[in-house]
Amino acid sequence: MSRFFVNGELVDFRAAPDTPLLWALRDDLGLTGAKFGCGMGLCGACTVHLDGEAIRSCVTPVSSIHGKRVVTIEGIDNTSRARVFEAVQAAWIEKDVVQCGYCQPGQVMSAVALLEKHPSPDDAQIDAAMSGNLCRCGTYPRIREAIHAAAALLRKR
Amino acid sequence: MKSLASPSRRRFLRSSAALGGVLVVGFVLPEGRGRFAYAADAKKAIPPNAFVRIGKDGIVTVVVKHLEFGQGVTTSLPMILAEELECDWGKVRWELAPAAPEYAHTAFGIQMTGGSSSVWNSWDQLRMAGAQARTMLVQAAAQRWKAKPAQCRAEKGFVIGPGKRRLSYGELTGAASRLPVPDGVALKPASQFTRIGSPTRRLDSKEKASGKATFGMDVQRKGLHTALLLRPPVFGARVKSLDADKVKQVPGVTHVINTPYGVAVVAEHFWAAKKGRDALEVEWELGARAHLSSAGISKELREAMKTPGAVAHQAGSADAIKSAARTIEAEYEVPFLAHAPMEPLNCTVEARDDGAEIWVGSQFQGPDREAAAKALGLPVEKVTLHTMLAGGGFGRRANPLSDYVVQACVVARRAKVPVKLVWTREDDIRGGFYRPAFVHRVRAGLDAQGALAAWEHHLAGPSILAGTPFEPMMVKNGIDPTSVEGVADTPYAIPNLQVQLHTVDAGVPVLWWRSVGHSHSAFVMETMMDELAAAAGKDPVEFRRVLLASNPRVKNVLEVAAAKAGWGSPAPGGRARGIAVHESFGSVCAQVAEVSLDDGAPRVHRIVAAFDCGLVVNPLGVEAQVQSAIAFGLGAALFSEVTLEDGRVKQSNFHDYRVLRLSEMPAIEVHLTGGGDKPTGVGEPATPPVAPAVANALFALTGKRARRLPLASMPWA
Repeated sequence: MSRFFVNGELVDFRAAPDTPLLWALRDDLGLTGAKFGCGMGLCGACTVHLDGEAIRSCVTPVSSIHGKRVVTIEGIDNTSRARVFEAVQAAWIEKDVVQCGYCQPGQVMSAVALLEKHPSPDDAQIDAAMSGNLCRCGTYPRIREAIHAAAALLRKR
Repeated sequence: MKSLASPSRRRFLRSSAALGGVLVVGFVLPEGRGRFAYAADAKKAIPPNAFVRIGKDGIVTVVVKHLEFGQGVTTSLPMILAEELECDWGKVRWELAPAAPEYAHTAFGIQMTGGSSSVWNSWDQLRMAGAQARTMLVQAAAQRWKAKPAQCRAEKGFVIGPGKRRLSYGELTGAASRLPVPDGVALKPASQFTRIGSPTRRLDSKEKASGKATFGMDVQRKGLHTALLLRPPVFGARVKSLDADKVKQVPGVTHVINTPYGVAVVAEHFWAAKKGRDALEVEWELGARAHLSSAGISKELREAMKTPGAVAHQAGSADAIKSAARTIEAEYEVPFLAHAPMEPLNCTVEARDDGAEIWVGSQFQGPDREAAAKALGLPVEKVTLHTMLAGGGFGRRANPLSDYVVQACVVARRAKVPVKLVWTREDDIRGGFYRPAFVHRVRAGLDAQGALAAWEHHLAGPSILAGTPFEPMMVKNGIDPTSVEGVADTPYAIPNLQVQLHTVDAGVPVLWWRSVGHSHSAFVMETMMDELAAAAGKDPVEFRRVLLASNPRVKNVLEVAAAKAGWGSPAPGGRARGIAVHESFGSVCAQVAEVSLDDGAPRVHRIVAAFDCGLVVNPLGVEAQVQSAIAFGLGAALFSEVTLEDGRVKQSNFHDYRVLRLSEMPAIEVHLTGGGDKPTGVGEPATPPVAPAVANALFALTGKRARRLPLASMPWA
């Protein structure tokens, strides 16, 4: 059994300990914001925060996160990162970023983690933080713009 | 079929941290989230037709008959209807239509999304729907006021009558719904448009940026099981023997089912199904395709060109090439490509004896519903197909064989439980239905003045339409039009042009991939055009302009791209520019790429695109689609290929099937040059010019000509 926090709530996971966090979230907790894209940590669609770091939940077995804190896109607005998340979401809407939208929860979670670390990221920092999040619709130019816009929004507030 | 014991679903217990971790409650999956909520919100509604509903709260729900898979139809189609309805844009909502005959494509006759046609085929239909609803609302108000409809007008969700009386659409919807749907309603001229043509943000942003949007993959139903199929390692292989003993040891696995498509493992959760599938031991009857290889297919395509092909186009004289002052001959090759949408394919089926419900992000709702009914042994009217949001598709979700939908139905029918069939990324990359590999051979001749005199073009590759229900309608005289598009119908005035097609069944399932035949024909046409310009000692833009003298639309797009990109001025240090223009799906796109070499590898810094898609409904959406089509085409041009060896696909996931990443995305400028009163295609036409524009820029930089894709496989340094 693995015991960890999901969006502030303590949960005990009793099934196979090698179950990736992604599938515990999706199949057992009904939290479908984190997406399945590759199952190998290659595309970033499954990105969640684990003790504050953006991680790939599809390659994170629940046995490895005992005692840790998982935050998904469904719960991020109830954390100390709500302010950053709201700025990211507002910038995403302002810049009309999304297309199919499937990768966007992962993009948003990566962007929030980036802005927590670097409140005014330059393009190189955006490249480094965001290039692990694939988007087949090619929303990249608007993602970049939106991250700059979110940073500007946060500076203003 | 083997039924395995079913352990309890309640394996995840939740507790509150405040209670010190005392476990109390089993967790119940939420149901009925997302899309379907809108239907419940709609109270009394006007049904002038199947496309719009106005609630008593004034909310206007536009029913979108096409799949939303990124291209923005849940914004652009409501804009078209709202223009005539004269409603308050802030009150417009959208809903995806289920599969139903009234939602058939107005040109193609089946309910489907593809061919960059959603906007143009809905154009008259949705304007008329909006105008009819508006007319009924005005009539209802006029009756209430005992006035003449001509004394009333509609504006921003209100009908305004004599004495400045006002009634909201919400107040009028009940009365309007009892009126007959009017005929002969006049539509606005384009000069009066206010919503159409204005940059409009997407209506689905908030839910997609918050993780609340529900895709097919996210469907949750009571008792829903997950199924994974172990597919044949070689196309066409069959199960010889099967040992499922170890599968039964995996907790959560409920069924192992041998199907014609592979062996299905059904489990209570994805992870159990995955582990169960990994534990399957199957011996395969590999069949005739066990020796397929990319090298072999490449050879086969070249061999096919040695015999005469089917003539797809003949203008002028086929012998003219013999009297050319100078000829250039080149052979080109492009690989199989997977669509690799971010959301792997999936389909959820709940089948009962008397009917079924299906949830799927499908580009082919109509045909998929019919195929599902057949697979389930049900009359089609007993099958409800709910259209879910799809995480990309690019053609893969428009399979004439309805492969993933039929597979899900077969498994659900036999398992007798609700099933969500999920493809893993490996299933997707290795599952076939690729953009076909093609070989082109071009011989072109210049006259003594360096003008293009003759062009002889051979194409060899698999037919997308062969063996599908579309073949009898669309394949004429042995020509699959999707094989030769972009060559046989080139806008260039080539005095002597012959195009021959050599169709080869390579044994690999193929399908349309964003821009279909244009995805390879533009690369060949436009790199050869560049090569001819260089051979003639002419500027590539000037050389093309001469050939486009009688096609002002294409010529204009070319000129705009060149001018905006600073064509003719020196490129920034270490960079070079290349240009390409291509017409497809009724639209024209030209692009200028600016490239350099970074450690010997091509790096694309900037792309300036000019795009004529006729009347622009949503400039913000069109710009997004141009960026999108470029990103999709550029990733493929630089990196992507599916190759086979010993019948097996070598690639399996994003580490070896490379697509474009954010750090590789160039700056993109989009200039819209269209106009007129009709929209043309948007989603695909910006994909074809990317590869040749980049290849031509690489030639300008290095003096080397690209003859095959992907470009990154070539030594450039």
